[in-house]
Amino acid sequence: MRTSDSLRKTYGETLVELGKDNKDIVMLEADLGNSTMSALFGAAYPDRYFQMGIAEQNMASVAAGLSLTGKIPFINSFAVFATGRAYDQIRSSVAIANLNVKICGSSAGLSDFGDGKTHQSIDDIALMQVLPNMTVLSPCDAIETEKMTKAMVESNGPVYLRINRNDLPLVTDPKAEYKIGQMTEMVKGKDVVVFATGVMVQQSMEAAKILEKEGISIRVVNVSTIKPLDVDALESYCEGVKGVVTAEEHSIFGGLGSAVCSALSKKRLPIEVLGVQDSFGTSAENYSILLKHYGLESEDVAKKVRAVLAAN
Amino acid sequence: MVVSPAVEDEIGRSENMNYSQEQVMELKRKAIQVRANILEMIPPGKVGHLGGSSSIADVMAALYFHTMQVNPADPKDPTRDRLIMSKGHAVLAQYACLVELGYFPREELSKVKTLDGILQGHPDMDKTPGIEAVTGSLGQGLSISLGMALGFKVDNLPNRVYTILGDGELAEGQVWEAVMAAHGFQANNLTAIVDFNGLQATSTTKEIFPIENLAQKWDSFGWNVIEIDGHDMVQILDALEAAKAFTEGPTVLLAHTVKGACFSFAEGKAKYHNAAMTEEEYKQAWTCIDKLKREVEA
Repeated sequence: MRTSDSLRKTYGETLVELGKDNKDIVMLEADLGNSTMSALFGAAYPDRYFQMGIAEQNMASVAAGLSLTGKIPFINSFAVFATGRAYDQIRSSVAIANLNVKICGSSAGLSDFGDGKTHQSIDDIALMQVLPNMTVLSPCDAIETEKMTKAMVESNGPVYLRINRNDLPLVTDPKAEYKIGQMTEMVKGKDVVVFATGVMVQQSMEAAKILEKEGISIRVVNVSTIKPLDVDALESYCEGVKGVVTAEEHSIFGGLGSAVCSALSKKRLPIEVLGVQDSFGTSAENYSILLKHYGLESEDVAKKVRAVLAAN
Repeated sequence: MVVSPAVEDEIGRSENMNYSQEQVMELKRKAIQVRANILEMIPPGKVGHLGGSSSIADVMAALYFHTMQVNPADPKDPTRDRLIMSKGHAVLAQYACLVELGYFPREELSKVKTLDGILQGHPDMDKTPGIEAVTGSLGQGLSISLGMALGFKVDNLPNRVYTILGDGELAEGQVWEAVMAAHGFQANNLTAIVDFNGLQATSTTKEIFPIENLAQKWDSFGWNVIEIDGHDMVQILDALEAAKAFTEGPTVLLAHTVKGACFSFAEGKAKYHNAAMTEEEYKQAWTCIDKLKREVEA
């Protein structure tokens, strides 16, 4: 059982573990290996580790070529560069061809708090989920990260994994089976359902405690696969509730909120979307300050729940 | 080290020939057939990339009918060499070769760029047997090829990878990322061929985005550079052989070509980058094919 709270360290360690038997796994890195933790793989298997330099576009297309020789390439960079800088390469070389390339967007969301808006990614889910053939994963803790990394190797086709830079509390069940596409009920409740992803899962779980004191019962669902979105599960979790809240550390445009609104458009349920408003990031002393600044704390989730109830 | 025309000495060449005079004749005939197939795909009124497809036709014939190890009976044969058409708009030249080798039926040629056909406007590995990747968004093919070359190297496989680039395409920054990386990884199983026809969609390459001293550029990036006349079959074959023999790193062939080569009305004109021929031009094009045939047989 994994005890580490670090998603990125878990990601790196899991690939080292998997790479021992699976010789097809290769890692590509763009001079950020000590942050993405892909360097762990490089230390273990130098022959299957490609330092591609600060050239993300080339890295993405090289990964396409590697997959065409039967390899399972993982490309690693900060989420903002992995998806944005190499967008057309991922679109054309990888996604159109439906190649078995795995993309790890590390330091996702606002989690690279000090580096500011050029390094924070509030649009990576949007960029990746609009691509046909692409799977989009957003783990909420290290336990889920480990399971997802394993599932990525087992899966065939392009996958985007969005990883938080900061340590997060372990909230998922280490013994539970995992498969790509599933969503998990984290807190049982009846008045409102909160669909959350990434760091917002734990914030929503905290919100449940705040609201419980007010006599409001919320169901918190961890939507860690943004695409393909399990619409049946989504609808079933909406049964009996008075409203829906979505919560993500991402722009309110094109992320989980957009996907849920689109999927539930025929339901006559009030929906509130919590996320980064139409703005870029900024530097801050630490991650918590940024989450507060952008209204992504448990109290913000609670406010959305109250708002959706007031709309009834 | 920049080498000028691969081998100029007729006598010296005969000592290391990896082909007979008869084979050269046959390859010249194949190159004519490649151009004829290109014409077949774009009858009068149908827009197609005549210019950049015909400029690379001779190189393509040499690769598919002589240099590369291919297996049309099993397009996924793991021992095959790979060709990536990075200048994806010239895919008509690739289709023209693949159909000759039997990768798909000849009837497909008339269905190019139609909803029912398997021949897309740009290379699509899912639709067309023999196409190895998805290209067309310019600048990505050399990187994809490098990935393949690295994959073969990891497994110590002898497969070789060939990439066709346009000279206009070299404006894409990603090309130079790949050029640097291929040198860094000493990818000696990778050969790039620049279809150096000097023209792009709207004007000359020189006017649009000057890339002077191209040989020196590639050389300074650590590549083995060979400059050839891209319409001289013997020079093409010798250069491809020299690329195979060079083991220290990747090789680039700067193939000096004429856009629209062989089609007199289109030669050296940017207009025929992607255009529809008139009935009159189309007739003239077939006359050009006949003329070429007579020249070769003479």
